[in-house]
Amino acid sequence: MNNSLVRLAHGSGSGLQQLLHEIIFPVLLPGWQGILEDAAVLDSVPGRFAFTSDSFVVWPLEFNGGNIGKLAACGTINDLAMMGALPRYMSVSLILEEGLEKSLLSRVLASLRIVCQESRVRIVCGDTKVVDKGKADGMFISTSGIGIVPQGRNLSAGNARPGDAVLVSGPIGLHGIAILSQRKGLGFASEALSDCAALDSLVEALLEKAPGTKALRDATRGGCAAVMHEMANSSKASIILDETKLPVPDVVKGACAYLGLDPLHVANEGRFIAIVPAGQADAAVFACNTHPKGKGAARIGTVVERQRFPLLLKTIIGGTRPVEMPSGELLPRIC
Amino acid sequence: MNLVNFNDTGIAEKLLNEIHACAGLTGPVKIMEVCGTHTMEIGRLGLRSLLPENIELVSGPGCPVCVTPGAYIDAAVELALGKRIHIITYGDMVRVPGNEASLEEAKTKGAEIHIVTSPLQAIYLARQNPEDAFVFLAVGFETTAPATAKALIAAYETNMDNLTFFLSHRIVPPALAALIDGKDLDISGFMLPGHVSAIIGEAPYQFLADRGIPSVITGFEPIDILMGVLDLCVMIREGSPKVVNAYPRIVRKEGNPLAVAAYEKMFEPVDAAWRGIGMIPRSGLDIRDAFRRYDAAKKYGMSMASPEMARQPAQCCCGAVLKGKIKPNACPSFGAACTPRSPLGPCMVSSEGSCAAYFKYEMTA
Repeated sequence: MNNSLVRLAHGSGSGLQQLLHEIIFPVLLPGWQGILEDAAVLDSVPGRFAFTSDSFVVWPLEFNGGNIGKLAACGTINDLAMMGALPRYMSVSLILEEGLEKSLLSRVLASLRIVCQESRVRIVCGDTKVVDKGKADGMFISTSGIGIVPQGRNLSAGNARPGDAVLVSGPIGLHGIAILSQRKGLGFASEALSDCAALDSLVEALLEKAPGTKALRDATRGGCAAVMHEMANSSKASIILDETKLPVPDVVKGACAYLGLDPLHVANEGRFIAIVPAGQADAAVFACNTHPKGKGAARIGTVVERQRFPLLLKTIIGGTRPVEMPSGELLPRIC
Repeated sequence: MNLVNFNDTGIAEKLLNEIHACAGLTGPVKIMEVCGTHTMEIGRLGLRSLLPENIELVSGPGCPVCVTPGAYIDAAVELALGKRIHIITYGDMVRVPGNEASLEEAKTKGAEIHIVTSPLQAIYLARQNPEDAFVFLAVGFETTAPATAKALIAAYETNMDNLTFFLSHRIVPPALAALIDGKDLDISGFMLPGHVSAIIGEAPYQFLADRGIPSVITGFEPIDILMGVLDLCVMIREGSPKVVNAYPRIVRKEGNPLAVAAYEKMFEPVDAAWRGIGMIPRSGLDIRDAFRRYDAAKKYGMSMASPEMARQPAQCCCGAVLKGKIKPNACPSFGAACTPRSPLGPCMVSSEGSCAAYFKYEMTA
């Protein structure tokens, strides 16, 4: 019998105990000696909590610049950070497909743990299931997170007002292109490196220099366009972008031209859109650019009174056009 | 080559000024672009909002997915669901509605649909899975036909027996000829497709100039498109119709004779149905008899060459749109019964379709 693979028997009883003690605990919680209870009991902290949940089904499981574990940790940390919360606790649930290589599982969990350590997030509960071969693409991960929202922070996608500046925290489209370039059949290689990153420290740096920041949202599925549509609609305003200011790396430009995609529709896993009062826009761009995860941040547009379309783009030749919400499975299963 | 030059804002502004100056000396100008990528780029640039009022850009039958008959999709769906054959296709075809269903819908019922960007990947897929039968949906203009031919040669030379090709290739010049032969068409000039021209060269368009219609082989960057419009305006103003090659960095006068030879060896011209338009003589390609073993239409008994194949539901105006008779937003179904999410006709489904481009990009839509 091949001992390097996850088997159905690892899903319950002694098999599960073996998997937990051989891989999952040593990698995810090194040195942990506690007792396995049915639920984590957390100390209460004064103030408000942010609570979020997300599932990850990315294929391939490992890609240029990350893997599903890093993505699962970053995704949940970022969702908390976008509300101005300091991420503190995380749950990690695994659905493993029979036949998954244990070494791959180890690598994925190690990446997840490293992200949590860096953001000082404690993994406090979780679950592991094993399903029949063919019932999952290697593995799925579901994470939930709890963060603490410091006094006075009230970020919301509905806060944008005409005159506010629209920022993006770095070059766009890299994650989506990194994933697509590793899919079979699309026939192109790319040096694109996923931007997958936890953004909590970048958000803190931004909020320190631009305390008037009104809204943050990480531009994952649907890309920057989807997020700005949501922000504009929630705020009953429109956003007008300047195409010449969009930080689109050459690798993304080239791949998008080849695949017929709009870089604004391509997913990111380490970028956010920020709505900042115009007077703090320069400080916000500077704060991002002096942080390692915000290099290339730029002011890309302005909030304006509501128009017929929520999101507009002034093109490089000076024309204006609407930017649509991406429709359908443009980039299936990239996060 | 640095493509950034072709995005230069300053040059774009100069060209736009020249277009405005030139248009002051012409009457109404109606330019038809016959390439879906041009349609998309024009929309993406917001170009219509910058042109003089007397210059109108209309979209012609330049999206190969759009002009593929619904019956062809139906046949592919039947192969996938009825005969359990693996279908290999370009991504754009997946959501095109047939008369019955789309490949996407077939996939939810368990059909095996593989999306590729090159027919050579079809060879790879079929070799990796020798127990399964594969059909490659070979669509596109002169641009994709050489690649189909290459894959077919590879299959033929290695004696593969689990891959066939279902051809729906179309050729551009006969469609242009059919368009200008139509009674009610008033096109002042054609923006010719850069990629197709890279294959076939300049000569096949000479009949346009002979018939007094200026045309410009045009590239796809912002500056390319503006130069295409300007060259057309100048010829219209001067009344000197020619075939101008404004994309010489890619398109040679003679085209790519090797690529043409590759597909002419494998395929022969046949009359073909264009969805929404009708039959156009010698505008399609069929696999020559010597290679019939690799012809999915023959192997599975599917015939596509009849006028009924071009038919569209009554409430869909794709035919009039593809002929440049109406703008997409003049169709009563546009944006209501017909959207990219649930397209009624082929022009709405392909990312290069004229209706999809209008729906996405035009402020007036």
